[in-house]
Amino acid sequence: MPKKVREIALPGEVLGSTKELKGGAGTFIEDDKVISKFLGVIKRIGNHVSVIPLAGVYVPKRGDKVIGFVTDVEKVGWIVDINSPWQAFLSLSEAVDEFVDLRRTSLTRFYDVGDVIHTQIIDVRKGDIQLTMKAPMARKLKGGVVIKITPTKVPRLIGKGGSMIDMIKEKTKTVIRVGQNGVIWLKGENVEKAIKAIKMIDKKSHIIGLTDEISKMLSE
Amino acid sequence: MSLKKPEEKLLVDGKRIDGRKPNELRKIEMEVGVIPNANGSAKVAFGNTIVVAAVYGPRTLHSKHLQLYDRALLLCRYNMAPFSVEERKSPGPSRRSIEISKVTRLALEPAIFLEEYPQTVIDVYIEVIQADGSTRVTGINAASLALADAGVPMRDLIVALSGGKIEDTLIIDLCGKEDNYSEADIPLAFMPRNKEITLLQMDGRLEPKEVKKILKMIVKAGEKIYEEQKKALRGKYEE
Repeated sequence: MPKKVREIALPGEVLGSTKELKGGAGTFIEDDKVISKFLGVIKRIGNHVSVIPLAGVYVPKRGDKVIGFVTDVEKVGWIVDINSPWQAFLSLSEAVDEFVDLRRTSLTRFYDVGDVIHTQIIDVRKGDIQLTMKAPMARKLKGGVVIKITPTKVPRLIGKGGSMIDMIKEKTKTVIRVGQNGVIWLKGENVEKAIKAIKMIDKKSHIIGLTDEISKMLSE
Repeated sequence: MSLKKPEEKLLVDGKRIDGRKPNELRKIEMEVGVIPNANGSAKVAFGNTIVVAAVYGPRTLHSKHLQLYDRALLLCRYNMAPFSVEERKSPGPSRRSIEISKVTRLALEPAIFLEEYPQTVIDVYIEVIQADGSTRVTGINAASLALADAGVPMRDLIVALSGGKIEDTLIIDLCGKEDNYSEADIPLAFMPRNKEITLLQMDGRLEPKEVKKILKMIVKAGEKIYEEQKKALRGKYEE
């Protein structure tokens, strides 16, 4: 059975002229033409066109909530791997509210190498990324399983108003935290089934009617 | 330019050694996503020439002194497998492969938005599995597909094809034997939307008229390669 597939653009493909179209993310303008930058799914809203890439690395943006791994402890903070080409830094003042006497206490008391943290990006300056733990959802994630998906497919996994992820949470009774960098943390008894569903969304994000397919798979 | 004489005639009644017409391409096969561990990968075959390309990155560049503060570094490696040619090629980089790595990088660079990923590196590895002429252009085609598959922002895909001259006839897509005994050969890479040339080399001797004619032939046949590239990229997402 042939499945319906969303409209796919290729790098360098002309999507229309600037007279009638406004180019959004994933496009660029050359000689009054709107051109796609990526191999991705075309999204049209009114006269606004954008291309969502089907692959690619995570590019940090201010305000994104991400899941990271602590990779090093420095003098006044931690180096965090946020699954992007650049490393992120979590400073002590953004991590801890109380006064810390650096001569007596080791920073490993708060976070140590190997910890998984749900954190928020407060600043991005050309390869210099600052994190904070002062956001309401920010915390250390203990136990559980961590998996990675293509970062550009995170909105698809969450669904409209969180419909897709809520369905997976409900049907598998798993606690799931999704980072916008494509890192997902799961905990619960039915983790394997949830992972299967998430991997399927990652693989088939460009197919129309995916929600029904996932719902069918989870009900089995 | 080779001064050796071929054992057999390369052109008989307007037909080439493998039965093709002068402006006919070999059988093209393209496949995207052949290496799961890479961010993007592609396998391209032009007749008996088979090339696999893999793209890793953009990722952190771990020699800080090589980092460019305002854009990504593009690193290309063209390598021929020891078993890719009839007589075993000794492994490792040679003068030839270092040169081809460089021209490949220069051919790909204009198409990529490197400025979007400052201080990082994009690694492109091109491995020739089986060589039967025109390996550098096949490598560029594979690298272009692998970059698109990796989700690297690009101005356009890159199409590459070789042309040459045997026995006073202009031909395209040279195979191994034609490559060895041709009077001249030209590898060409270009971006098909605006027909901007990113690689142009020549080996041998040609009249200015002939160069113009051969470039036209290559660009015309390149459209067919472009269609194949589009088909390969779309094919990954169709069932």
